[in-house]
Amino acid sequence: MDETVAEFIKRTILKIPMTKMMTVLKAWDFLSENQLQTVNFRKRKESLAQDLVLLCKENGVSLNDAALLDIICEDIDLSDMEQFKSSFKKILQRALKNVTVTFRDAEENAIWIRIAWGTQYRKPNQYKPAYVMYYSQTPYAFISSSQLRSNTPLLCQALTIASKHHQIVKMDLRSRYLDSLKAIVFKQYNQNFETHNSATPLQERRLGLDINMDSRIIHENRIEKDRVQRVTQEIFGDYSQPRLEFAQYKLETKFKSDLNGGILAEREEPLRCLVKFSSPHLLEALKSLAPAGIADAPLSPLLTCIPSKGMNYFKIKDK
Amino acid sequence: MSVLRPQDQLPGLNAATILLVGTDDALLQQLADAMLKEDCASTLKVHLAQSLPLPSNVNRPRIDLIVFVVNLHSKYSLQNVEESLHHVDATFFLGKVGFLATGAGQDNHCSIHRNTVLRLAHTYRSPLFFCDLEVEGFRATMAQRLVRMLQICAGHVPGVSALNLLSLMRSSENPFLEDV
Repeated sequence: MDETVAEFIKRTILKIPMTKMMTVLKAWDFLSENQLQTVNFRKRKESLAQDLVLLCKENGVSLNDAALLDIICEDIDLSDMEQFKSSFKKILQRALKNVTVTFRDAEENAIWIRIAWGTQYRKPNQYKPAYVMYYSQTPYAFISSSQLRSNTPLLCQALTIASKHHQIVKMDLRSRYLDSLKAIVFKQYNQNFETHNSATPLQERRLGLDINMDSRIIHENRIEKDRVQRVTQEIFGDYSQPRLEFAQYKLETKFKSDLNGGILAEREEPLRCLVKFSSPHLLEALKSLAPAGIADAPLSPLLTCIPSKGMNYFKIKDK
Repeated sequence: MSVLRPQDQLPGLNAATILLVGTDDALLQQLADAMLKEDCASTLKVHLAQSLPLPSNVNRPRIDLIVFVVNLHSKYSLQNVEESLHHVDATFFLGKVGFLATGAGQDNHCSIHRNTVLRLAHTYRSPLFFCDLEVEGFRATMAQRLVRMLQICAGHVPGVSALNLLSLMRSSENPFLEDV
């Protein structure tokens, strides 16, 4: 038997937490009941793994069997949500004596966490909690900005440690709609859920226009209109956009002007300026700009990159 | 044909054609629909264009009236109209051109000042209408006016020409603007 297979099995077994060991081995069903009974599961993991590998060699384990073991490890949830919860709670309670932490299981591999913050000397304020939605199988968590913002660094630290990561990075992506944030972050927004007959010719699919083809009305710029429709569809797709309310651009760039001279053009330091777009549904609004004749197509990539980059807060500096 | 001329073609029998030029496609379409609802002895045709010049390889009837639609909420729409005006022959401005400014009702959305369009219309010696095309009632009234004006410009109203109408409308203009 190949030594590489033995090594692979040993490493796979070492990854399994002791609490799950029996479950996994039974599900694998490669070692018999008798064989498992001969193993001392109270040993140190290193030597336990070696014993198990020896038994596997006796049974003539193949690469296929090893691969099967790997799949079973993935299948049985090894991320151990319970461990995360207790670790998270402990970290917060050690830092702040007064804090209320509550968990609620959401969908598959996701939990809601509610945290009410207090201080060393005051009871937690139940009216200004922070909420977190954590997806254990992904490196993402969604945090609602609590009004007691000074606790956010502690919250981030607790999340990082409890989920066994090295650091946490704040994405420049904010919205009131959790589903939209999920769609953008997990790249699920470009799925078309409506039954859409994409065989209909372009002329019949006009965004936002009344398809009332009175023959006494003639559209002179049909070619241009079709081009705009096509470009818009290429950029935004046929699907409905995730819902965001803002896009903010912080500019720190030197002033550029077509006219020569002028006071602002002579400034050496960059001009600081904030541009904010707001809308009940920003991406749908941007999608309808060119077809409505309000802007040229294609739109600036600064606007169209929002879902693909997963950002709606930008800092722009001169290169 | 990159410049529109009023007498380039022979008129069609009983035909009256208006050209609406503007970036707000949806509003133009609605205005066109409203105009076509009007009872009118002439055969009406409405051409909608984003901008001028028009595509040259197309057969189109003689255009009797051009209305440039400016959306006061959008500097882009004004810019578009200003550039399109270069493609219209001077003789059109003898009563066969009008300007329509929409969106004045929502003052906080306006990025173009009233005076800008007033000055534009004055420069081109053409009438200016203010009408919020988004409001159905105003749009219907405006459509009626435009249909009557179109009939005159097409020569279907005996005794009144486009130039007559222009002079009639000019006398009620704001005296301030004579100096501008």
